[in-house]
Amino acid sequence: MGAQLPAPEPAIGPESAEFWAATLEGRLLLGFCDSCLTYFWYPRPLCPACGTWGARLRESAGLGEVVSYTRVHRGLGEYAEVGVYVVGYVQLDEGPRLLTNLVDVSDDLRIGDRVAVVFHKTDGPAALPRFRPASEPAHSA
Amino acid sequence: MTSRAAYVVGAFEHPARSLPGRSVASVHAEVAHGALRDAGLNFSDVDAYFCAGDAPGFGAISMAEYLGIRPRYTDSTETGGSAPIAHLGHAAAAIADGRCDVALVTLAGLPRQSTSRTFRLEYPEGLEAPEDEFEQPFGATTPALYALAARRHMYEYGTTSADLAAVKVAASRHAAVNPNARLRNEVTVEEVLESAMIADPLHKLDCCVVTDGGGAVVVVAEEIARSLPRTAVRVLGYGEASPHGSGGDVPLTSVGAQLSGPRAFERAGVRPADIKYASIYDSYTITVLLTLEGLGFCEPGQAGRFVREGALVAPYGRLPVNTDGGGLSNNHPANRGGITKIIEAVRQIRGEANPEVQIPNCDLAVAHGTGGWLTTRAGAATVVLGGVG
Ligand SMILES: [Zn+2]
Repeated sequence: MGAQLPAPEPAIGPESAEFWAATLEGRLLLGFCDSCLTYFWYPRPLCPACGTWGARLRESAGLGEVVSYTRVHRGLGEYAEVGVYVVGYVQLDEGPRLLTNLVDVSDDLRIGDRVAVVFHKTDGPAALPRFRPASEPAHSA
Repeated sequence: MTSRAAYVVGAFEHPARSLPGRSVASVHAEVAHGALRDAGLNFSDVDAYFCAGDAPGFGAISMAEYLGIRPRYTDSTETGGSAPIAHLGHAAAAIADGRCDVALVTLAGLPRQSTSRTFRLEYPEGLEAPEDEFEQPFGATTPALYALAARRHMYEYGTTSADLAAVKVAASRHAAVNPNARLRNEVTVEEVLESAMIADPLHKLDCCVVTDGGGAVVVVAEEIARSLPRTAVRVLGYGEASPHGSGGDVPLTSVGAQLSGPRAFERAGVRPADIKYASIYDSYTITVLLTLEGLGFCEPGQAGRFVREGALVAPYGRLPVNTDGGGLSNNHPANRGGITKIIEAVRQIRGEANPEVQIPNCDLAVAHGTGGWLTTRAGAATVVLGGVG
């Protein structure tokens, strides 16, 4: 399921070049605030937890667990023709939850399953952070 | 400065569900005309105007000219499907503050005439939503985002697909006696479960209809309400909230109603148990379950059982909900439909709902709107409405 997922190029914002450049090196960066020591998603220069200006990026271990998921039967846009694919929320071990695709998952995918990040290259200067079951070693596609 | 009560004195829902050959502006104007006529007022009486992102052009400014009104107060708060209820609350506050006397709220749209197949809102260049680059690439359609809430609710509380279906079953029973409803066929739990899967666990019949049309309401100060012939409906309390997952703490089974509801009930001086009718935003069946819990009509995790036992079915369920058939079976104009939630609550309090679903002595009602997307970011607005005398 989802073996041939499209990898749409994100519309990279002016402050996000560093984040997306890291994805090309297989690194997932999160927003991080040195004042309140909080990781947050998605990255931005303002810490949404405490209001400190000048938050930075900090690398995630790329591991987490599934907190919810859905098998999408009716995709739209680039996903219109791909068949069933999985959208889910992953809660990273650092704390934040992010919206992503779950790939290489079996039919008995469950909330609570451990997952690890993989990066799928887009046509632009970015790779998409998706997640696959963590029991097997992660790889880049 | 005065502090005056505000009353809904006019309400109009466009009877059509498909409007080929029409402009969005003209549908806004037609529903405005209908609501003002219902109130016994004219466009020249309007001194405040409220519309959201479904209004064409430059919003309230374009529409004020089209309608020929000269408002001294405008509000274009854009919170999706909760916007009309927010507008009603804001109008009541402006009236209380003496800033206007006759407020007009409109919603209209023609999604059935659109050929667009995008799955999220599109913004002008440079004005993209800041989250877009981090979410758009993953194909999370709107039903998928609501499905994430449904799956999590099942996981946490044991809610079933049949529980979700019970919301649609109740809506379809109400729509069956609404001659204007988009879908007038009564459906069973089995039929919901056998309908096509859209984003599991949500089936096609867990999703609202797509309709053209719209609606409008007129809100006025107390002294004006007294001069009008129609039954006035008092705005007793209002609350809003803007839940989101900023910082990564994504709300999956919690909703803005948990905040907007108590704010509205406290202002009105009533409790959820006092409410006789509720219009609850029903973009998807899961939206209703989460909102029932959020507003305090049942305990967290108990909404599945609540609806399974037939609570939503009028006129004798514990809490009749969406007696017009709701967005699930009747009408969801402009893909947001929040105005219909106010209109049916007004009908119930006036005693003008369809007779088979009219709640006896309905003197206290709630209308709740949910805008945007559950599980990412949403608007929530709750209003408590009461009968007079
Ligand atoms: Zn901070």
